[in-house]
Amino acid sequence: MFQKWRRMSPGSRILHSLALLVLIIGFVMVAYPIFWILMSSLKKSEEITLNVWSLPTKLQWINYKVAWERGISQYFLNSLLVTAATIIGVVLIGSAGAYGLSRYKASWIKYALLFVTGGMMLNPQVCLIPLYELLTRLNIRNTLYALILPYIAFRLPLSTLLIRSFFVGVPKEIEESATIDGCGSLQMFFRVFLPISRPILVTSAILTAYYAWNEFMFAVIFIDSNKYRTIPAGLMSFRDALQVDWGPLIAGMAISAVPIMIFFIFVQKYFIQGMFAGSVKG
Amino acid sequence: MTLSKKTRYSIEPILFMLPLLAMIGLFIYYPLVQNFINSFFRFSAFSPQKEYVGFENFFRLAHDKVIVTALKNNFRYAVVSLLVQVCFGLVLAAILEDQFFKKYSVVFRTTFFLPVLISITVICLLFTFIYHPTNGLLNGFLSLIGLGSWQRPWLGSSKTAIWATIAVSQWQSTGYIMMLFIVAIQKIPAELYEAAELDGAGKIRKFFTITIPQVKETFFVASVITVTGSVLVFNEPYILTAGGGPGTSSITLAVYMYQSGFFKDMMGYASAIAIVIFIISAILAFIQIKAFGTGED
Repeated sequence: MFQKWRRMSPGSRILHSLALLVLIIGFVMVAYPIFWILMSSLKKSEEITLNVWSLPTKLQWINYKVAWERGISQYFLNSLLVTAATIIGVVLIGSAGAYGLSRYKASWIKYALLFVTGGMMLNPQVCLIPLYELLTRLNIRNTLYALILPYIAFRLPLSTLLIRSFFVGVPKEIEESATIDGCGSLQMFFRVFLPISRPILVTSAILTAYYAWNEFMFAVIFIDSNKYRTIPAGLMSFRDALQVDWGPLIAGMAISAVPIMIFFIFVQKYFIQGMFAGSVKG
Repeated sequence: MTLSKKTRYSIEPILFMLPLLAMIGLFIYYPLVQNFINSFFRFSAFSPQKEYVGFENFFRLAHDKVIVTALKNNFRYAVVSLLVQVCFGLVLAAILEDQFFKKYSVVFRTTFFLPVLISITVICLLFTFIYHPTNGLLNGFLSLIGLGSWQRPWLGSSKTAIWATIAVSQWQSTGYIMMLFIVAIQKIPAELYEAAELDGAGKIRKFFTITIPQVKETFFVASVITVTGSVLVFNEPYILTAGGGPGTSSITLAVYMYQSGFFKDMMGYASAIAIVIFIISAILAFIQIKAFGTGED
């Protein structure tokens, strides 16, 4: 870097210094607040109010214990359940649908494809009130199903199209040799297509996990009782319950954010690939 | 024999697709249609009785000042998001993909992307601490650098609440759009840059003559994503300003729909607001399809 620096013209040096300055300011603006959460989660509530900038004098791990016991554990469990169920639903229904859309020839299939693609253009806000009525009528509002079913539905269009574009590329020979071996359609789907499309299934699962873990609007409107709240909605009532007891509140925020951040950093490659594919198609 | 085979083949794809089509039909298309019907009725969340009122909800919509405020705020959201997330996101991506910063770019890239992974509730709660009028980080920072006169209750003043809310979204999402641009820039053939270097082009010129034209498609898609997101924004004002306060100064269409439906219990009117949201986002989706197809390939 310094070698290059010496060979630069003055104008080029100014340009690169400016760019570096932008990066550093951006870095501080993003990294400091995240660091602040972690740091403050270990301070006493009074310490946070009196001096927001100071490091903790004595690490208050008790904040985490208080947060966990006063509700976060339940929200965490609900979020895990909802996320897992949504992933399973999306991957199973989406890949079966993608198989039907890509491996058969019938005149109506292109309309089915249009139907799925159209679903991607519609958004939860527009469906909110009728969904609320529908879930009430189905008698599942204020249960975890009130989140799981709409989550699956709203993730299906994109996931199905991603999986379908992978299925379309599967060579005919693989299918033919499996047919000769006496493979029926169901076997073909479970034994041939699902195993070879693992990368795209993982991508869909990760994108779905990201959505289900963080979704807020449905979570806050379709669930009334604390028992069924997921983390995004639960943190809101957690704040209302704790009032100015900031230490445990910030610890609760850390518990909600850190595991998923670490998880996504590990699967970053899949996540970004899927995000890109999704954005270009969606 | 042939006939039975044919029938078998025609029912199989239906069986594979049935759960998919049923889920999308029941939870996406049916509510959409039902919402159109609802907008012609007056009804409450707590009773199944609906009273037909014709176009009354829409007449009301046309004279509602809050709708204007909401539209204005959604528009502000869109403009700022285009400037910060899309334009600045592209600049960030270009800097990070530059040879000079290549060595350290992973650290910056990962850091800038972190807020995308944090749930919006955590981010909004974090910013209530940052914007806190007395103990907040922002006001503290301002007095630290001698700009004490700039201190204000960021979320508590109707002049600044919407901008403070918009800023939170930029903080969260710029890294997302930046990442899309990084992927797009990495796909640009290196020869293009090499050829430009032979012609003596500087970095700024290369940015404008090669990078921008080459990421044109991503730029367009990113713009549609951010503008659509701006039309739909709900979480940030809901959490940060208790649903668009002070007064209605930071209200958005989606928050106003929620309040009309679930607070004032005017579900029919809320459905009419939902139709406004639907029309705007449908136009945006249409523009995207016209420009890039439906992704059926």
